[in-house]
Amino acid sequence: MSTVPIEHALLLAVMLFALGLIGVLVRRNLIFMLMSIEIMLNATSLAFVAAGARWAEPDGQVMFILVLTLAAAEVSLALALLMQVFRRFRTLDADALSELRG
Amino acid sequence: MTFAFYVFAIVAVAATILTITRVNAMHALLYLIVSLLAVAGVFFTLGAPFAAALEVIVYAGAIMILYVFAVMMLNLGEVTLQEERRWLWPQLWIGPSILAAILLVELLYMLMVGNVGPPPGEEVGPAAVAARLFGPYLLAVELASMLLLAGLVGAYRIGRILEPRLSAEETAPESEASPAPETEAVEGKRAVQA
Repeated sequence: MSTVPIEHALLLAVMLFALGLIGVLVRRNLIFMLMSIEIMLNATSLAFVAAGARWAEPDGQVMFILVLTLAAAEVSLALALLMQVFRRFRTLDADALSELRG
Repeated sequence: MTFAFYVFAIVAVAATILTITRVNAMHALLYLIVSLLAVAGVFFTLGAPFAAALEVIVYAGAIMILYVFAVMMLNLGEVTLQEERRWLWPQLWIGPSILAAILLVELLYMLMVGNVGPPPGEEVGPAAVAARLFGPYLLAVELASMLLLAGLVGAYRIGRILEPRLSAEETAPESEASPAPETEAVEGKRAVQA
């Protein structure tokens, strides 16, 4: 019985973060972009927890809890903005919204 | 129990890839929930059971339910019976179900075998986290509570229904159509008062 090497946990975090970044860059629907941001936040908290587990310190999980509160506040605000955008413009396409500026 | 970590990791990456490639928002959400559950399993195998529990309760529970509500409210304009019927298609839930079944089988296996997770010395339990959280990080906890309050007030303020000033032309037909029931209601109220 051996523990997981931290390199593999960090590799997983990097893969999840890269997938979230790809999602933000590729998708044009605001809901999918928000979901990708969630994935990225989750990946960073995974890196925190992995680092905390490596040295058996609780700081990683403390950081995870703080990231969790950040994600909760961000999601509530972003979804409220999303509803307003959809109510105003009847679309969630990021490109269509940027053309309305100016 | 290192192989459990790898199974959780593979499921997490697969579910995330499927999340960012779906066209339907509901499919993507289901895959995202499975991905978060898999990450919770990764936390557990890394020796962070408290973080794993919080991941399931707060992330996969509360935050994802918020997303589901938002997606359903945004679809409200186009909802038809056809859309309703589409929820029952296997195409919607078969993929996430398979991935979730893998997680369930692994969980049951770990419960059967017992002696899971990292060695006792390396596991960081909730007591240690709480002691650290309310010791040196007390100020951070207060700041997080202020952040949550700001998020609450901001969401309440932003999410309110604005007076239709900018889109007056758009909503004009609705407002023309609506007076009839309102006057009926008012008259009904007057009748009740009389």
